[in-house]
Amino acid sequence: MVNAGKHLMTGLGVLLLSAILAVSCYAMDYPDEVEIDSLANLYEAVVFDHAMHVDATENCSECHHHTTGSGVANDYCAKCHDGKEEMDSVACQDCHSADPVSPENLHNPKPGYSYHNDQPNLKAAYHLNCVGCHQEVDGPTGCEDCHAKTEAGEKFYHSGEFAPKESAHSSGH
Amino acid sequence: MSKITRRKFLAASAAGGTAIMMAPTKKAFAAGSFEGFPDGMGVLVDLTRCVGCRTCEAACNKEQQLPEPAKPFDDYSVFDEIHHGQKRRTTDKAYTIVNRYELKDTEEPLYRKIQCNHCNEPACLTSCFVNAYKKTPEGAVIYDSHVCVGCRNCMIACPFHIPAYTYHSVLNPVIKKCIFCYDTRLKEGKPPACVESCPQQVMTFGKRKDLMKIAHERIKKNPGKYVDHVYGEKEVGGTGWFYISNAPFEEAGFDVHLPKKPIIDNVKDFLAIVPVVLTVWPALFTGFHLLATKGKSHGHGDDHSHDEQGGH
Repeated sequence: MVNAGKHLMTGLGVLLLSAILAVSCYAMDYPDEVEIDSLANLYEAVVFDHAMHVDATENCSECHHHTTGSGVANDYCAKCHDGKEEMDSVACQDCHSADPVSPENLHNPKPGYSYHNDQPNLKAAYHLNCVGCHQEVDGPTGCEDCHAKTEAGEKFYHSGEFAPKESAHSSGH
Repeated sequence: MSKITRRKFLAASAAGGTAIMMAPTKKAFAAGSFEGFPDGMGVLVDLTRCVGCRTCEAACNKEQQLPEPAKPFDDYSVFDEIHHGQKRRTTDKAYTIVNRYELKDTEEPLYRKIQCNHCNEPACLTSCFVNAYKKTPEGAVIYDSHVCVGCRNCMIACPFHIPAYTYHSVLNPVIKKCIFCYDTRLKEGKPPACVESCPQQVMTFGKRKDLMKIAHERIKKNPGKYVDHVYGEKEVGGTGWFYISNAPFEEAGFDVHLPKKPIIDNVKDFLAIVPVVLTVWPALFTGFHLLATKGKSHGHGDDHSHDEQGGH
């Protein structure tokens, strides 16, 4: 019983320490890997090689707009932001809502941000950013090049073990 | 006495005729200026974003509980399919489909999602003589398949060739088409399944009037990216679903020769005179006939008797 409590305390301590480290690492530097899993359903989570992309791009703002303090790539953003200051949050999901398809979210996702309308939802923010660039630089663009289909995904797409049988051909008639 | 009756009759039929002529014309004009329900929902489709993953097709299949497809939804060979000399079309088993178009100026193909565009003034609704169709205040064009008699007038009327027919059903063939997920989603203010499923947010869901502003803003904000046209803003009187594109719309298989006015306008003038022809003409010409023949028949009778008398 005492042992278990000790283990728990040690575990919590380690967790706290790693959390502090992670936060301070993040603030000073950037994570080498980001597991993008908040939307995983039809596809498995994506383990995003952030370090490789940092090397491959010239400026953080190519993906992070004006939030990382490294300038502004988009002319539209540059009209208000000079991009010299690092923002409190630089993660995609801090600004791009996972559920923005409601008409209420279409305009002014946050009050006061009147030019932040027509903001893509989180799923689209990822895909538009990734696929858009991958098309230009001949990176991978196939769905399963980045994330493997789950069983739910195969069922949804009627693929893999849920693929239509031969008899389905008659449906063409 | 008889003269007064005729005069009264003619006056009454003339007044009635004028009333009838005025009534449908007024109504028809009102129909022509209808720009959709003020809070009707719509979807902005940005073709520059579509990568042809067909997730929307799979989402539609699931949501509408449609039969198993002939090929998996991640099988991209469907883009090469040609049926009767045409690319794929919506069917009774697939209310939405994505087609691929090769463009003249770029190597990248363009993908276009096709479904019912939910017109402000639907031609299908106009053509349906059993009133199976309905444009709901939420913006959806829905239909009651229990009322449908399977005449297929709507298939001919639709400028986008959307309604499909259950040809395989021997006993009760009916029309099938996209209903904006009205029953399961739109009614509750939720976006249709295809919109929600799209990884690229090709489709943006909202009030039609808000989306129209966003469409024009997107064109303005990204100079050179888009063709300066919102397909569906004006076409056939405006559609609930409308498109913006980086390529000329004709290259993406759109019919760019559609009138700006609703399809009903083509027949409105004709339809307005039908009641006139059916009601005023019989009354008017009966009146003329009575006028023309009454005196004459008297005359004839008189002449006849005179002749007879003269002959004797």
